[in-house]
Amino acid sequence: MDDILQEFLAESWENLGQLDSEIVELEKDPQNAELIASIFRTIHTIKGTCGFLGLSNLGAVAHSAENVLGKMRERMLEVSPGAISLVLEAIDRIKELLQGLEATGEEPKTDHSTLTLMLDELANLATAPPASTPQQSSPAPLVADETEENTDVTQVDEEPVSEQSPKDVAKSAESEEVVIAEAIPEVQAEPADLLAPAAVSEEAAVRSSKVSVADLSIRVNVNVVDSLMNLVGELVLTRNQLLQLARGDEESKYAAPITHLNRVTTDLQEGVMKTRMQPIGNAWNKLPRLVRDLSQVTNKHIELVMTGAETELDRTVLDAIKDPLTHMVRNSADHGIETADVRKAAGKSESGTIHLNAYHEGGHVIIEIQDDGAGISRERVLKKAISQGLIKETDAPHVTDSHVFSMIFQAGFSTAEQVSSISGRGVGMDVVRTQIEKIGGTVDLASKMGKGTTVRIKIPLTLAIVSALVLESGSQPFAIPQLGVVELVRLSAEDCKKIETIHDKKVFRLRDRLLPLVHLNEVLQLEEDTPEDDDLQDTNIVVVQVGEDQFGLIVSRIFDTEEIVVKPVGRLLKNIGLYQGTTILGDGRVVMILDVGGIFNQCGGSSAHSQSVAEETTASSDRDTISMLLFGVKDNVTMAVPLSLVARLEEFPLESIELNGDRKVVQYRDNLLPLLSIEGAGYGGGEPVDPQPVIVFSENNRSMGLMVNEIKDIIDEQLVIRMQSDRPGVLGTAIIGKNAIDVIDTQYYVTRSTPNWFEKVEDKKSFRVLIVDDSMFFRQLVTTALETEGYTVVARDSCISAVELLEKDSRFHAVITDLDLPMMDGFEFCEWLKSQESTQEMNVIALTSASSSTDQAKARDAGFDEFLVKFNSHELISCLDESFARSKYKTGVNA
Amino acid sequence: MSIAITDSGSGMESQLDYSSQYVSFRVDDQLLGMPVNMVQEVLTEQVISPTPLARAEIKGLLNLRGQIVTAVSLRKRLGLPDLEDDRSMNVVTRVGEESFSLLVDEVGDVINVSGRSMEPVPRTLDPHWRSVTIGVFQLDEGLFVILDVETILNFE
Repeated sequence: MDDILQEFLAESWENLGQLDSEIVELEKDPQNAELIASIFRTIHTIKGTCGFLGLSNLGAVAHSAENVLGKMRERMLEVSPGAISLVLEAIDRIKELLQGLEATGEEPKTDHSTLTLMLDELANLATAPPASTPQQSSPAPLVADETEENTDVTQVDEEPVSEQSPKDVAKSAESEEVVIAEAIPEVQAEPADLLAPAAVSEEAAVRSSKVSVADLSIRVNVNVVDSLMNLVGELVLTRNQLLQLARGDEESKYAAPITHLNRVTTDLQEGVMKTRMQPIGNAWNKLPRLVRDLSQVTNKHIELVMTGAETELDRTVLDAIKDPLTHMVRNSADHGIETADVRKAAGKSESGTIHLNAYHEGGHVIIEIQDDGAGISRERVLKKAISQGLIKETDAPHVTDSHVFSMIFQAGFSTAEQVSSISGRGVGMDVVRTQIEKIGGTVDLASKMGKGTTVRIKIPLTLAIVSALVLESGSQPFAIPQLGVVELVRLSAEDCKKIETIHDKKVFRLRDRLLPLVHLNEVLQLEEDTPEDDDLQDTNIVVVQVGEDQFGLIVSRIFDTEEIVVKPVGRLLKNIGLYQGTTILGDGRVVMILDVGGIFNQCGGSSAHSQSVAEETTASSDRDTISMLLFGVKDNVTMAVPLSLVARLEEFPLESIELNGDRKVVQYRDNLLPLLSIEGAGYGGGEPVDPQPVIVFSENNRSMGLMVNEIKDIIDEQLVIRMQSDRPGVLGTAIIGKNAIDVIDTQYYVTRSTPNWFEKVEDKKSFRVLIVDDSMFFRQLVTTALETEGYTVVARDSCISAVELLEKDSRFHAVITDLDLPMMDGFEFCEWLKSQESTQEMNVIALTSASSSTDQAKARDAGFDEFLVKFNSHELISCLDESFARSKYKTGVNA
Repeated sequence: MSIAITDSGSGMESQLDYSSQYVSFRVDDQLLGMPVNMVQEVLTEQVISPTPLARAEIKGLLNLRGQIVTAVSLRKRLGLPDLEDDRSMNVVTRVGEESFSLLVDEVGDVINVSGRSMEPVPRTLDPHWRSVTIGVFQLDEGLFVILDVETILNFE
């Protein structure tokens, strides 16, 4: 069963349990407004979630009951025993439906129209405005709106329900068994027995499955599980420490207990990890439907086979791979599998197969997406790669298949000849790669023309405890996650001669492959180690993988691998970009966990930033020529910059250039213009020329000047970056007027001239979002969606507790709140936010299932910045992204 | 060895009036202080793992019973030169979700200032110092400058 559905069930049962007693109490005390409001909210939440999950039958009953309760709440309908009976009847039906849903994973299609009709009648009776409630403005349009919305839902969802084949029903019943069995291993046999008839007869299952999800599992706050995880982490560290102490002394009387402790700790660690584990099938269960729909749209016969759905991995990892997986399956169905005719012509079976497979392998989870389709044409990818300047034409015959296919993961790369509604827009595979790398995974692609394509994803089981290689550089220990390490190479003193240099850059020929080398201590600006013993005479190289690139880190010593607990990098160290975490080693020392991707970028590897800039430039100039400004620097070297980036050309007399600290500036248009000269390997600074020619660049009202030796020419040329550069300030080399000329990266100089001008790293983590919703289900849903996007999210279940939080800590950028909340509703909350000095700047977003125009107007009056209907994650995220960009801009200007 | 003073925050409701008590410490012979309920504990010299490429104020990280604490040199933060014989003591404080240790030359007594009123720092004080201090108490043994800890730990 879908985990979302499961949570919905658990939450609904919890609420409904409370509801029975509340309603009985209401019958005794019909005037208790708070009680009515609370009952209304429970039903309202169930209705809202039903709409979201497409449970039309359940939604209809809840909707009608909500209408009646709403009228009661507004004092337009008397709380009579008759009305209460009707509401109780509705609640019973809701329970029945939930039971059916729980037993089969499908909403029962029982007919409730008589009841809903009666409820609606009762509600409509009340619509005639009684004299006692003159403040009620216009309830009629509200009802109309909601009914409309409801019919919409019904229309949309009728189809999938009716097309559900009996086979699918059986399948979902099976998968439910798995879920329950996983949750409570001790009673494994019992629920399986109880639920087995579900496949045979829905009715029987409903009656026999007395043990519901709510009984078999307990709901534990994620925070509790997280803190347990932290404690286990501490225990693992202490265990490591003890093991280290005991290592030298095997005769010790502590040896036996320590061994035992070791074993128990390992078991405990596994047990606690298991509480966070979920079967990967949870991320897959939308795929059969997706493939079915796609095969209809594309007119192909596609079968989806899934194996290893029970393979478990950490919840956070699971959430992160959901979208990439969907994307890749979609790709396989759209690009991979051919139409039936084509397949027949090629001698294959008419229907194509997409095979999803997951399994564990050495602490990692491997997911394979395999199709038996047309495969990827090496030639086509190569052609495209050459036209984009990613591969040189002359190199083309020698490039390995895996290198060619890796191009598919580059941004802006799609070989689909036709942009279909499904894919082929050149976005996607790069996002897939980025997403997977973000959680420390890797992705490979292999393809055989005519036979099919296989994508292999390797991801860590969990992000909390990882196996890491401990090493030393500059007399300090560091850790590198084992996942990124390809191999270790040790060169003896005489072998070190094999390390060669190209233009100051060290490289090593590792089995006929050129491996760029980087001294870790240089990257970290640490002293070189002084070789004390023979050990240090050798050169230790850790070969690491970043995307499809490999490079070697030269370190002074390699210790052991150790299970380490990843702790977040502190606030003050976050912006360094070379560390992905910290940890405590067995001996109690704190060490930094290195981010190999960050190191690679730092030493001029194909940093994502410059690469995307290069690609943007190439993409936009595919056909058109653009004007290039050529200028000379020291030693008669010519460099170029796209003219469109240049604001002005100026000449300043040398004496007008002043030194401000160690920076050169010139007074220019009542302002100070910072001046920089061209730098980078081989160029040095410009020689003093009088008057000094300066190229002025402007961005966001700020300017900087680049001092050059002479302005040479402006020519129109197709700008294709032939070679990306790893030198700072150089975008790459382009052929301009038959000469190879370096094109400078203006961004680099602009950033350098005013370092805090804008933050280079777009760190959404610093953007804090507060979510207020009384439904735990929605809190989790929204939190997961936003955290996957990289935002920092804090959730509260009521406005009161949100206010308490904000009074202590107002460092939030955006607040997302439900409107219908107990004690203090969303409108009051928003007004409060907008009245406080510390919070009035925050972006306040209403996220609600009440979507009537009256509510919208009311929200606008209360000061909401946005009004969103529950729940479209894309809409919410794009709304936040916008406000994130705005806040970025603001801080950028203020800096 | 550690002198635990109070769990941060939990001592607020006790009978003792913590609001007028300040932990005193010295940096470059200046008597400085911070509210006692902000101090998690005071430690003698600790093993600090350096963090390459971090700002100069950050001395590194230390392991406080499994918790990672960022050590900030108060001397550097106040624009003072480092001590040659660096045996700094740690004043551990918690700001938000994170723990920090302020490295000081020497930790003194907890000073009770009840009955005295805090005066604003003199306007002539170096603007940098003014931005990280809240006020001054006049004590018999000298001036007692109270630090604004949150600002001190905010230099991103």
